[in-house]
Amino acid sequence: MNSWVDLHALWQIVVIGIIAGAGLPALFAVGLRALNTGATVTTGDTDTDTDQIVGGSPVGIAAAAVCFAIVLAGIGWGIYFIVAGS
Amino acid sequence: MARGPADTGGVGNDLLLSLVVVTALAFDFTNGFHDTGNAMATSIATGALKPRTAVALSGALNLVGAFLSLSVAATIASGLVDTKLVTLTVVFAGLAGGITWNLLTWFLGIPSSSSHALIGGVVGATLAAAGGHAVKWHGLFQKVIIPAGISPIVAGLIATLGTYLVYRISRGVPERTRGHGFRLGQIGSASMVSLAHGTNDAQKTMGVITLALIANGTVGATASAPFWVIVSCALAISLGTYMGGWRVIRTLGKGLVEIESPQGMAAESSSAAVILLSSHFGYSLSTTHVATGSILGTGLGKKGATVRWSVAGRMAVAWLLTLPAAAGVGAASYGIAAGIGGDAGVIVVLVLLLAVAGMIYARSRKTAVSHTNVNAEWTGSVAPPEPEKVAVAA
Repeated sequence: MNSWVDLHALWQIVVIGIIAGAGLPALFAVGLRALNTGATVTTGDTDTDTDQIVGGSPVGIAAAAVCFAIVLAGIGWGIYFIVAGS
Repeated sequence: MARGPADTGGVGNDLLLSLVVVTALAFDFTNGFHDTGNAMATSIATGALKPRTAVALSGALNLVGAFLSLSVAATIASGLVDTKLVTLTVVFAGLAGGITWNLLTWFLGIPSSSSHALIGGVVGATLAAAGGHAVKWHGLFQKVIIPAGISPIVAGLIATLGTYLVYRISRGVPERTRGHGFRLGQIGSASMVSLAHGTNDAQKTMGVITLALIANGTVGATASAPFWVIVSCALAISLGTYMGGWRVIRTLGKGLVEIESPQGMAAESSSAAVILLSSHFGYSLSTTHVATGSILGTGLGKKGATVRWSVAGRMAVAWLLTLPAAAGVGAASYGIAAGIGGDAGVIVVLVLLLAVAGMIYARSRKTAVSHTNVNAEWTGSVAPPEPEKVAVAA
């Protein structure tokens, strides 16, 4: 079995894959939501909103900055990963 | 066999070598346009990028990606076939198999694996030339076939989870704001996939050309890809990408799942992560399989999204056929080339290959898909304009 499937590599791909592949978009969503706090208090599918992304809450903006910084760091790590000899 | 009787003959060697190099670059080109959709289909479908901007961006990033890393260039063939038994004619026949399958699946709008087409072609030609003992079956299963089965599932799971989280978290954000924000994120994640694609797939062709150079005795057996090989492969795949495989883009972006920008971002992030991680562990897996798995996953992760399983099923069949079909064409090409013998045999196969390519291209003009109609409503067929009656399975 092990000579056919490298389980050691597989679980690492799955775990790191989930963190980077699903975690980063989720974090991006958190950032977007934080950035938007204070803008419009609609709950979803109404179409009366504007195209405004920045809500105006300083705390929200700071939290969003942290989220986006981590996402960017993740991308940078990915590029480093390629260059370092993937 | 590096200087086997079939390939020697003074001047003939160089002629054959240049034919192989040109054919390899042609394969690289088909690899480019066949796979544009892996990175850009979702961005084009959601309108995050205009179709032509998307292919230009992807082409440029493929070019950059091809220069970023060279570590897997030599491994493509060495783990799968006995390179001592590989002659120039074998490499040529293998490429003919890969190109034929790539063109056929592109015509049908099926995102099949370019890597599998190449590997299948080379394995088939090696089988025909030297028999079963020249193929490293264990390596083939361990490095190619099993990962091909696992990778789309892993990518799909990650994309499903990512999509679910993204929708859940951004629930309170107004629709238009959310769309705007995620379109930006989508461009970033799609760019990563393009970069990874350039690194992965351009290197496969570099590996094949290097293999040909080694087989010809032009460079030593342990040589790495010469600089001109790197440059020409990078240019070929980038140009191919820029041409845009609109037929495949359409299937991936419109046919499989109706995609919104949060889904697109989740799909591309999952693809980028899985491709980069897997190549880190030495699996030359198919970017196509991963991207398709991811896109399917985003359809599952969003409540109420349509997933067209009939389209997915057709793809799965094509994936299963890719290795044997490309191997069949590769073996047949070798049979013809070796049967006639020498340079003449290779030239006959080249003429046949050009004829097939020309025919497929001519047929494709009748039902053209381009940047103008790539996003048209999915009606069950690749080509949107004519009301066709082929929608049997759909």
